[in-house]
Formats: sequence, structure tokens, C-alpha cells
Amino acid sequence: MITTKDLTKVYRSGDRQVTALDGVDLHVREGEVYGVVGTSGAGKSTLIRCVNMLERPSSGTVTVDGLDLTALAGNEHRAGRELREARRRIGMVFQHFNLLSSRTVQENVELPLEITGLDRHARRRKAAELLELVGLADKARSYPGQLSGGQKQRVGIARALAGDPKVLLSDEATSALDPETTRSVLRLLRDLNQQLGLTVLLITHEMDVIKSVCDSAALMRGGRVVESGTLTDLLADERSELARELFPLSEFGTGRPDGTVLEITFQGDTSGQPFVSQLARTYQIDVNILGAAVETIGGRMVGRMRVELSGSHQDNVVPIGYLREQGLQVDVLNGPNGLNGPNSLDGLTATNGAVA
Amino acid sequence: MTWDDMQPLLWTATQETFQMVGIATLVTLLLGLPLGVLLVLTDQGGPLRNRPVNKVVGAIVNVGRSLPFVILLVALIPFTRWVVGTTIGWQAATVPLAVGAIPFFARLVESAVRGVDRGLVEAIHAMGGSTWAVVRKALLPEALPALVSALTTTVIALVGYSAMAGTVGGGGLGNLAITYGYMRFETNFMIVIVIELILLVAVVQLLGDFAVRRLSHRGTSAGLLSRLRRA
Repeated sequence: MITTKDLTKVYRSGDRQVTALDGVDLHVREGEVYGVVGTSGAGKSTLIRCVNMLERPSSGTVTVDGLDLTALAGNEHRAGRELREARRRIGMVFQHFNLLSSRTVQENVELPLEITGLDRHARRRKAAELLELVGLADKARSYPGQLSGGQKQRVGIARALAGDPKVLLSDEATSALDPETTRSVLRLLRDLNQQLGLTVLLITHEMDVIKSVCDSAALMRGGRVVESGTLTDLLADERSELARELFPLSEFGTGRPDGTVLEITFQGDTSGQPFVSQLARTYQIDVNILGAAVETIGGRMVGRMRVELSGSHQDNVVPIGYLREQGLQVDVLNGPNGLNGPNSLDGLTATNGAVA
Repeated sequence: MTWDDMQPLLWTATQETFQMVGIATLVTLLLGLPLGVLLVLTDQGGPLRNRPVNKVVGAIVNVGRSLPFVILLVALIPFTRWVVGTTIGWQAATVPLAVGAIPFFARLVESAVRGVDRGLVEAIHAMGGSTWAVVRKALLPEALPALVSALTTTVIALVGYSAMAGTVGGGGLGNLAITYGYMRFETNFMIVIVIELILLVAVVQLLGDFAVRRLSHRGTSAGLLSRLRRA
């Protein structure tokens, strides 16, 4: 639905150059919620503003719903007719809401429809529908100044949806809100994504946002996408920085030197299995649980468990094979063939140190 | 002079002042508002950014503002004759009044419009609005209270200027004050005229402040406002 290819953005002022985007390839599939996370200055804001050409990329292409926006006429300050029409099909919500204080809530939601030239009755009907959808039907005649932050952002979302967009861009939409309100706004985005089949691209600096609404995520640093993929894939990859941030296990114990330490990740269907007791029963072995955590990430149950089996790796090849057969992801953290690899205990301690 | 002598003179002069200030205000609004908006739009970062146009318009406005009004009054005589066909009377005075007030108002408009949050401009762009939509839907409505306040200041300045124009045959209350109060030593009449001018300015200020309060209060006058905006 949204594809960027080798997107770069260089700001020039005098003879100084700042590279905000450095070859970004992003692929957002239709109907998913895609989160881009990074610290401030990572380029994520520039990225989202390049998607609807509020910023012109220096090079590369942006395709939204099959239309190459970079090919349309206009500059950052003034868009040609085709680009303006393309933008009407892309909703955008902002960190600071950007509502007009001189207009009522309803008039704010009608604004994009006035720009498209819809007649008064159709505008009013659409605005009422949208306010109902975001749960603010009773605030239609209020002014933004009379609303709380969360309500303002709901108005912002209703306004962004006025043109029946297929794509919604969210520029730090919850960053100015308290945790409680953030959750309710995110829940709304998730609902809209599911009810309307809306594709959402959001940028945030909060991991919790990614965790609670996103299907896929990308980590940005220094204008580049360091890592990206579906949350399911990221969590399955124990080298993934994002997964580690989303689901830290650093505080878990590392076991005795003579045992075999396994890290087991289970998602979705496999999370319902009582595999620890099955393992103990089937193979008559002792399983020592060093640590475990279960969380809901992107609407899916994900768990991680670190267990210790007595005996060396060779002694436990069969039970490990059994666990893998159950569809669990098993990483052996020590043992003879893992000593120098990324899975070795030394390597793990080092990474944990970096995370902490 | 008795009050009965003063009354008809005052009445005529007040009417002249109202006409002068009224017409000059109208012309100032019609030309100063677009000029002020143009200054913002053509500036760096504005949707129509255009350095030469911005510099030229800015320079004209600055020159217009720095000329003392008395000089403008005299310097514009040929232009005034060309526009209204005469160089004396209140009709003639409206020309330098408007010319003097346009750059003054334009600068005030510029700063009022600049006060509008840039995020709103971006929001209009993001929803596919043109530059015209930015001006009409965001810049002007959001700056409206500040614009009304700017207009109030301008009208008060015009009342002052109109008295000055009266000293060189421009008609109105200023003319009355010079010809009767000063030249004929009618001190009482002078006092009456001064009081009237003070009252006039006070009333304009009060009306302006009231309008600004109503507009920024958000609620009561919205019906009329939104109808105006969509018309």
C-alpha cells in the first residue's frame, strides 16, 4: 500500500548538509498497522512527511496505493492539482492535533470536505457519522479549546477520515497524551484499522505504541531503517534489537554451568500448550524454569521462557528436537556447539549488558 | 460662541470626519489586507515564497510607513487631484488618508497572520488544500481576532490623521478646530472639539475590543462567522 524506494532527504543550509533520510526502503502492506520507531532525530518524522510530500524527498520514490507521488508536480510549499487530489486520499493526524480553534468540532471535521467541494448537507451527514465513529457525537458543537487532549486527537482522527482515505498517517499522534488517553486513542486506531480496513503508518518514539497496535515495525537510526518486519518475525529472531526492546529478558537468570539453558519463544497457537509438563513427563527429565514472561504484542500472545535442563547439550538433543516439533522456537544458550556463536553465554551476557 | 452656534458646525464636521475615515478605512481594508497576506505568503517558508516580490512589497510598505503624514498629504496633491478631481475638502483628504493607512495596516495584518500556528497550514496542505484554501480556511479565520484588533488601531490612527488633514483644508473636525478654535481664539469650541475627538477614539476602541472578545470567545458569534466564511 505504501512503498518507499531508496528514499533520501538532504537538508541544505548554506554549505552545510544534513542527511535526514539515507536510503529508506519501506513496505507497508494493505490493511496493516505499521510502526516506525526511533529516537528523535532518527528521521522518522521526515519519513512520514515524505509519504504525502509535505517534504519533498531529495531522491527515491514514494508509492501510495499504486500511485507514484514523487512523480506529481509541486514543491514542499505548493502542490499541483494531482498531488492535492492524491493527498485527499491520505489521512494524517498530528502530534499537536492542528485543529482550527475558530471552528467547532463539527466544522473542523467538515473542513476537508469543504476543500473537496462537497455540499453542505453531505458534509454535515459525513461529519456526524465520523464523530459517532470516534465517540464524540455529543461534542459536535464544542470548540477545540473546550476539549481534552484525547478528545482533540479523536477529532483529528475523524477529520483525517473525512475523505474516506485508504491510508492514515499518524505523526506521533499520542506523544502529547497521557498513558491512559494514549491507550484509548491507540485502541481507536486499531478498531478503525479492523473495521475500515484502513492501512496505518505511524511513527512514535514509544515502544509501547508498537507493542499495543502494530502488525509490523521498523527501527530507524541515523536516517536509516536498521531493522524491519512483522512483529511475529521480529520476535522470532533473537538477534532482533526491536524484539529485545519489545520483550526484554535481560533480568532472567543464566543457570548453572553444567546444565543446558534453553530460551523458548512461543507465539499464537503454541502459547496454549503445557509444553513444560509434557516435556518432563515424556522424557522423565527435570526442567528448571529460570524466567518467563507472557505479553500481548500486536494482538497476539507472545511468551518467552528460559529453562534449564540437567545434563549437557548432547544429553538433551532429543527433548530439544521434541520442543521444536511442537512449533516452538528454541535457542540453546550454552553447550558445546554454541560456545563461540552468538548464542553462547558470553555473548548473551554482553548483549544483556548493552540492553541494560 | 454659544452651543447653538457650535452645533450645526460640529454636526457637519463630524459627518465629514466619519465619511473621510469610513471611506479611507474601507480602501485600506481592501488593499492593506491582501498586501499583508501577500507579505506572509511570499516570505521564506510561505507557500508562494518569492524573494523579489517580498522585498519589493516590503520596501514599499516600509517607505509608506516612514513618511510623516503631513509630508504625504502635500506630496500626494497631484495624485489626489487625479483621483478625486480636487485638492481641498474631505473628499480630497481621503486619498492621502488611505495611502498612509494601507502600509500601516498591511504590517499589522502581516504580524497577525504570522501568529497563526504553522501546523494549521500543514494540516490544510495534508488534506489536499491549495494556497487559497490555506488563506481562506486557516490563516484569515484563525487570525480574525488579531485582524479586528489591527483594524481598530488603524481606524484610531485614521481619526488622528484626519484631524491633521483638516489643518490643510481637509474638512472635518480638524479643520473646525484650526479655523475656529485656533484662528478665531474660540477656546471653548476647541475644548468641545477635543472632547468629541477623545470620545470618538474611545468609542472605536471599545467597539473594537468588544468585537475581539466576542470573536476569541468561541461560541456565541460562531453561527454568523461560519456562515460568512462559507459564503
